[in-house]
Amino acid sequence: MSLLAAFNIGASGLSAQAMRLNVTASNIANAESVSGPDGRPYRARQVEFSALMKPGSPGAGVAVSSIVESDAPLRMEYRPGHPKANASGYVEMPNVNPVEEMVNMISASRSYQMNIEAMNVSRQLMLKTLDLGR
Amino acid sequence: MNAVPQYDSLKFNEIAVKLRTFRQEILSNNLANSDTPGFKARDIRFADVLKAQMEGTLPSMEVSMATTHSGHIAGKITKDDPRLLYRVPNQPAKDGNTVDSDVELSEFTKNSVMTEAALGFLSGTLRGRMSAITGQAS
Repeated sequence: MSLLAAFNIGASGLSAQAMRLNVTASNIANAESVSGPDGRPYRARQVEFSALMKPGSPGAGVAVSSIVESDAPLRMEYRPGHPKANASGYVEMPNVNPVEEMVNMISASRSYQMNIEAMNVSRQLMLKTLDLGR
Repeated sequence: MNAVPQYDSLKFNEIAVKLRTFRQEILSNNLANSDTPGFKARDIRFADVLKAQMEGTLPSMEVSMATTHSGHIAGKITKDDPRLLYRVPNQPAKDGNTVDSDVELSEFTKNSVMTEAALGFLSGTLRGRMSAITGQAS
């Protein structure tokens, strides 16, 4: 049943893009978090997409294979009064780049919309198939 | 020789609808993977595949090994679907992805209109058969 498969592929795209939006939101929210549970500054996260394969079909959609932390250098900010400041008065800040995150967010929401569009069309076609011969 | 090949309309329309929905699956897979690094967009050449399917000339997906000894095991591998081709990208992407969402979305929309048309033809064929069987106009 190819149309049902197309529907499921759209759903996999939706959840993958929603995960990407989630991670972006987490990055933006933590852009100023100087310490996490391990006492270290927050590091920007990024989802990794990978295509799903199924034998006998052209593909089975997309999935988030892993979430990786950025190893870009942390941002150093001069704040001598801060409790986390080092000997020379600098505080380690998260390596979140707000511009990158905004671009990522817009791209994710566009892709999300595209998948919804594809699912809507598949739904209409499935309903039309049910009306066959009537 | 006929310019237009004569096919059984029920069989033709059935295969057309099946192929259209198959292509719908391929195109939505392309759309879902528009952000996957290294993903290559795929598609079928609809007219060629439809013709091959009608004439039964589609190459097999299975490759088997020759067994020249009674102790040999007949190994069987399923290779990639021979109908699936790769799309030639308009613009290169840095991450190796060849999905152009505008192209894919327009192909997807076109294909869905065609699917609807194919469903309409199949529906008409079925209705025609029904009225031939029952002797009443439906």
